[in-house]
Amino acid sequence: MTISAENQFKLSPEDYKVEEPVKWCAGCGSHAVLTTVRNALPETGVKKENVVFVSGIGCSSRFPYYINTYGFHSLHGRAAPLAAGIKIANPDLSVWIVTGDGDSMAIGGNHFIHIIRRNIDVTLLLFNNKIYGLTKGQYSPTTPKGSVTKTSPEGTIENPFRPGELVMGSQGTFFARVVDTEPKMMKEVFIQAARHKGTSVVEVLSNCVIFNNQVHSEITGKDVRDDNQIYLIHGKPMIFGKNRDKGLIMRNNHLVVVKIGENGITEKDLLIHDALDPRNSTHYNLVRMTLPHFPVAMGIIRSVRSTVYEDLLYEQINTARGSSPVKNMDDLLKSGNVFHINGT
Amino acid sequence: MAKKPMVVELDEVVIKFAGDSGDGMQLTGSQFSDTSAFVGNDLATFPDYPSEIRAPQGTIAGVSGFQVHIGHKEVTTPGDLADVLVAMNPAALKANMKWVRKGACIIIDIDNFDNKSYKKAGYIEDPLSDGSLEGYVVIKAPISHLTRSTLQESKYDLRTAEKTKNQFVAGMLFWLFNRDIKIGETFIESRFRKTPDLVKANKMVLRAGYNYAETIEAMTTTFLVSPAEDRKGLFRNITGNVATAWGLLAAAEKSGRKLFLGSYPITPASEILQEMASRKNLGAITFQAEDEIAGVISAIGAAYAGCLAATSTSGPGLSLKGEAIGLAVITEVPLVIIDVQRGGPATGLPTKTEQADLLQALYGRNGESPCIVIAASTPANCFNYAFTAAKLALEHMTPVIMLSDGYLANGSELWPIPEMSDLPEIKPPLLEDNHPNYYPYFRDTEKLARYWALPGQEGLRHRIGGLEKADVTGEVSQDPFNHQVMVEIRQEKVDRVANFIPKQEIFGEESGNILVIGWGGTWGALYSAVKDLQEEGISISLAQFNFINPLPSNTGEILKSFKYRIVCELNLGQFAAYLRSKFPQHELLQYNKVQGLPFMISELKYKFKEILEK
Repeated sequence: MTISAENQFKLSPEDYKVEEPVKWCAGCGSHAVLTTVRNALPETGVKKENVVFVSGIGCSSRFPYYINTYGFHSLHGRAAPLAAGIKIANPDLSVWIVTGDGDSMAIGGNHFIHIIRRNIDVTLLLFNNKIYGLTKGQYSPTTPKGSVTKTSPEGTIENPFRPGELVMGSQGTFFARVVDTEPKMMKEVFIQAARHKGTSVVEVLSNCVIFNNQVHSEITGKDVRDDNQIYLIHGKPMIFGKNRDKGLIMRNNHLVVVKIGENGITEKDLLIHDALDPRNSTHYNLVRMTLPHFPVAMGIIRSVRSTVYEDLLYEQINTARGSSPVKNMDDLLKSGNVFHINGT
Repeated sequence: MAKKPMVVELDEVVIKFAGDSGDGMQLTGSQFSDTSAFVGNDLATFPDYPSEIRAPQGTIAGVSGFQVHIGHKEVTTPGDLADVLVAMNPAALKANMKWVRKGACIIIDIDNFDNKSYKKAGYIEDPLSDGSLEGYVVIKAPISHLTRSTLQESKYDLRTAEKTKNQFVAGMLFWLFNRDIKIGETFIESRFRKTPDLVKANKMVLRAGYNYAETIEAMTTTFLVSPAEDRKGLFRNITGNVATAWGLLAAAEKSGRKLFLGSYPITPASEILQEMASRKNLGAITFQAEDEIAGVISAIGAAYAGCLAATSTSGPGLSLKGEAIGLAVITEVPLVIIDVQRGGPATGLPTKTEQADLLQALYGRNGESPCIVIAASTPANCFNYAFTAAKLALEHMTPVIMLSDGYLANGSELWPIPEMSDLPEIKPPLLEDNHPNYYPYFRDTEKLARYWALPGQEGLRHRIGGLEKADVTGEVSQDPFNHQVMVEIRQEKVDRVANFIPKQEIFGEESGNILVIGWGGTWGALYSAVKDLQEEGISISLAQFNFINPLPSNTGEILKSFKYRIVCELNLGQFAAYLRSKFPQHELLQYNKVQGLPFMISELKYKFKEILEK
């Protein structure tokens, strides 16, 4: 990706606005994400012509139509391989995937894990509203067990996926979690995700005002959010709570919530968040934390360096080009076993 | 002491090598065909593998074969029946006896013919003594034993002996066909160049086989197939799959586009992906996707970003790619889909050939979703049709399906090497940056192709996708009249391709009694059968179609100029049904075969004569 010096070209959120109306429901979490992405893009240092938004199918996947960059609205579940093809074809492009929990966890689940495993340098925003919105209210692979939906009138009997676990299981190099109600945190995370070399996955907990309203209110509600979220910052202790008096420690290889001041615990005893740790066991434990026994981990949970697919690919191509005597098709056609026949 | 054999000149000969999957028959076959090409014979080959990698030794399921047809005269098929059969065990003999000409020479490895092996192969009695081989020249050679004793002196182990016994057979055939053994040695040197020890062992065994054939009494006649007539210049022996990969590479070079192949391994198309993966020296990008869908979708992404993008597959994969091909139709991006057809449905006959994906290629998608469909008809012309598929996709901005099949893909023939300068130009409708008034669905008026604006270009930002778009502007539109307009434009765009492809050619008179109609990979057999009957004075012509959708513009003219029309294809009548839908006024006879096997020339001649007797 070409990252030019900042301010070299002055871009503003206005540069990314389209004339067509945005057709999400009023109150949908996607509006806030769209605005934040427009705000974040000028700060990624990428030319607007080099930005491509790719999506699958679902409410969130209409995103490319609402942002003035190059864009491709593909098929249900297939945004990841489409983005892979674009990025591999032209690594100078900054490629973003917008997908939902149905799109990337169900029909596109296979593509999701494979793009992460390959570590292709794209940024994937996963809008997780834990419901199928565009088809009007069926449960999704992230819907909590027992939820009553149109296709689970007695409650779902399936264990939900946690996207972060799939990321860790696929040797992901970048995973962050944000909520649609906190634009400041979102913007900072989006910029970091865009700058990360490799597949960056950002799970956006977003609200579906029609079919799953207040799905994340336990996490995002003003009165509970400080106690129910922990905002992880690299190099900082894992501390949370309205009074910033709670934290996380590791005991017998398990995360444990402790109260500062109780049992002799001080801030110094808390775990320091190390997003750069190449081992992913702590990150794995962090993404698994759920209410009510744990706060939900937010922010950049993992951000590590690793080799990137398209870098290795072009290295191989350049090496082969340099060392092979076959420089063009005519060379190839005449290489190897050829026969001069003189006829009779 | 060396004997002086009688030399008989032959116009053509068909040799079948058959043994266990691990016996190296494919290698011996390639070695013999390369040697034949070296001395200037025309040739065609066809391997015949089981779908298991190493089925139990000595069983019919484990028999692997390789057929070579070489000629002083023109060779267009691997041959109906073998003149020489090499059978390394009873199973190889049993599996192939029905494909051997009466009176043929059969070379067997007598060391593998014991009671246990007969039974394993499903024989009730010893085939060597039950009279079933009467009328054949059977050479019982102790191949395994002599290979072992040849290598024993040089302290090679039994495993090496097992792996090199195919060279004993090769040596015998070199003698039998008066071939210079040095050519065989050169082949060994290049094939095993990384393991000098194996080069030595193989060469020793090759020579041992040659000397053995020279010595034994049973072989008194040798054969000579002189260099082919009318063949001059630089040639190579090429398989359909390699030719397909090279055709795409040639199109990438001509168009100045990067080549991207997004594929998932599948028999019998995998060699296209493999060949391309080893062409990084020409800048080819291969993406081995996690499944068939990701293969085609990644190619669509690469096409959007400006590559010559392709995906290669076989029938089951084409089924999985259907929705994505529809996406390429509606977004109007250039995309080449290679379908190497095999026996179906479902997993079917993975290693066998068939032509039953035609209707899937034409119609196997939701909505009105027209694709250009073309078909290669010989292993070597897979190069030309892959090139043409890419040219049509890039210039008309639409997906093109190229049909190959298992027979073309694995078969090979001698190919006069083209010069790149002889191939036509490819000019995709690219735009300069900041082109004024650019809209995604603004079109070239002649071809109706939309313009190809690439991400990264200044002033051309736009969005496309699977939702229907407004004509010209490309905004999402669910307007009923706009949808009809767009559906009709996409159809018209494909129909107009007829103005850019050659007229259908006819082999033979342009009117007459019988018109044989074929398409794709059946060309060799249909051509040979028609040619033979023409030489007998029968009024018969052949129209072998390579362009299926759209059909060449003179198709209707051709059909009406014959008394009988018979459509021959390796399915239950798909091309016939398609032609009937376009030309309902003409009665079409059919000859259909669905056995996983190509046509035999003899069965076709029999069928065509039957029509005349009506």
